[in-house]
Amino acid sequence: MNQPFHASVRHQPDWATIDLHGEINVAADQQLQAAYTEAESQSPSTIVLNFSEVSYINSTGIALIVGLMARARKAHRRLAVYGLSDYYVEIFQITRLSDFMQIYSDEASAVSQ
Amino acid sequence: MENNETIMTRIRQSLQRHPNGQASQEVALPAPQLPMVQTLDLDIAPNDPLTAYLVSVAGVVEVERLNLDSPALKQLKQNEVKLIVPLVSQGELIGLLNLGSRRSEQDYSTDDHRLLNTLATQAAPALRVAQLVQQQQVEARQRERIEHELRVARVIQETLLPKEVPSPPGWRMAAYWGPARVVSGDFYDFIVFPDGKLGIVEADVTDKGVPAALVMATSRTILRTVAEQYVLPGQVLEQANNLLCPTMPPNMFVTCLYALLDPASGLLRYANAGHTIPYQRTPGGMLELRARGMPLGLMPEMVYEEKETTLALGDNVVIYSDGMVEAHNPQGEMLGFPRLREMLNIPGCGDELVQCLLADLKDFTGPGWEQEDDVTFVTLERLLPSTIPYSLDVGEAREEGWETIAEFSVPSQLGNETHAMEQVAASVQSLGLSEVRMKRLKTAVAEATMNAMEHGNHYQADKPVLIVVDVSTSQLKVEITDYGGGNELPEPETPDLEAKLDGLQSPRGWGLFLIKNLVDEMRVHTDAVHHTLEIFFNLKGDQP
Repeated sequence: MNQPFHASVRHQPDWATIDLHGEINVAADQQLQAAYTEAESQSPSTIVLNFSEVSYINSTGIALIVGLMARARKAHRRLAVYGLSDYYVEIFQITRLSDFMQIYSDEASAVSQ
Repeated sequence: MENNETIMTRIRQSLQRHPNGQASQEVALPAPQLPMVQTLDLDIAPNDPLTAYLVSVAGVVEVERLNLDSPALKQLKQNEVKLIVPLVSQGELIGLLNLGSRRSEQDYSTDDHRLLNTLATQAAPALRVAQLVQQQQVEARQRERIEHELRVARVIQETLLPKEVPSPPGWRMAAYWGPARVVSGDFYDFIVFPDGKLGIVEADVTDKGVPAALVMATSRTILRTVAEQYVLPGQVLEQANNLLCPTMPPNMFVTCLYALLDPASGLLRYANAGHTIPYQRTPGGMLELRARGMPLGLMPEMVYEEKETTLALGDNVVIYSDGMVEAHNPQGEMLGFPRLREMLNIPGCGDELVQCLLADLKDFTGPGWEQEDDVTFVTLERLLPSTIPYSLDVGEAREEGWETIAEFSVPSQLGNETHAMEQVAASVQSLGLSEVRMKRLKTAVAEATMNAMEHGNHYQADKPVLIVVDVSTSQLKVEITDYGGGNELPEPETPDLEAKLDGLQSPRGWGLFLIKNLVDEMRVHTDAVHHTLEIFFNLKGDQP
């Protein structure tokens, strides 16, 4: 039932995309931080989080995403997300994460801004 | 016999055979169907010389010939009694047959005298039997009244015992009260304090029956009052002793164990006023919970040693009165402490343990045992997590109109919030929640369970999270309970996202905020031990 988390990074000339898989909870912490560090390594102006394959996010997962947002904010990097289900869009709205991070339906629109 | 006028005299005679001063006995001969029968109420004082005279003579006595300084005789003469026939049984005057003048105004003949003597010989034993029957009836009525009063006393005494045994979460407690007679000098009591601690009293008044029961009532009130005022067991017994001393009847006293249990930590502090020594069953063997102290009510200004022990998970403590230990078998052997220790060394707890002990007692004493003394037990067991029932009483009665559709607990281990979430989701399948509301419910349950495991139970293995799913006609309610009671929790605040993004606040702290925003209603209850989060979803007009 539990889907272990893993993340992979795709580097593009202007941005990096982190493809997230499985459940984002406390167990995802290290891998998520490592993936973000990897995404930052080529100093892209935008980092895109792909939630298409994410099955579950809990409050600890929200905290981890807030942590990434704080890292991006400090480095003046743009953070965008796509692939969130309607339910998690609602969660991002309730938590106001969507006020500080644009939510897109797909990768193309996430990077076209 | 041609009696012109016969006076049957009813006499009252103080029956000296009753040293307890019972009222004088009134006896009457059945009134025969004779004309002109009168009764004469005649009191013959015990020291009236007439009594001694009548007992000493055998047969009919002519009143006019008597010359005694006797008020009774004077009265007889005034009432024109001519003959008296003493009815004597076993050397005791039990009645008089009094005759006035014959209607023919002739004297009584020798035949009359003979007839009267024969009558007296036969009437006396018959009258005696009648008197005894009447006396027994009176005594039976008195016995019945006393028995009735005792039954009432028993009911009153039962009301002085706790109506129910407390059941703090994670504990199973039981009590047994078995008087040897209708009423008892043994008692137990539980005092629940606002901070969740529990005062436990077991006491035994010397002797049994009514005198002990009367002292029991006073002692119970004093102990309860003092316990509410002085929390520490040593002080409680000291104060109770000082209050009991002035009113304690001679040759009576009260042995008493007072213990204060903190159900949250398992710490048990206790002091003992000469009561039997409780046992604590641990995996390492039986411990004796000894503490020195004189029985209550003997001497004022006594000091009571206070000790403490901690009950680990699975440990139990049995407090008992001496009625059990001092029971005898048909061979005259006493049950004794070694046998009791053996009896206690069984895995059961609560009512099962009490039933086992009583069965063992019955086995030992054999059938037809007349209980020698009052038998009382109080048992407390700190339950292992695996034995904690799912339906722990969290101090709130089920409200009317709610039906429980699921009830379970999960150990406080990371990851179990998912099990809780899935189990709740499975239990509400048939309620027809929309997909999005089902997702909100799942998130809310998982978040609440996670908070309960982390903040309430600190991930301690022996503290599970208890989850109850209730439905009413219009709402779904999920209660998530942990052991984080004792502190009123602050209202969930809206997290300051900007402060978090600027690194000024921890990025965490979203759980309660999320729950509040996902459910239709959220309530929080906190008592001394538990913390319960209730989440509500409206079922009618279910909208996304």
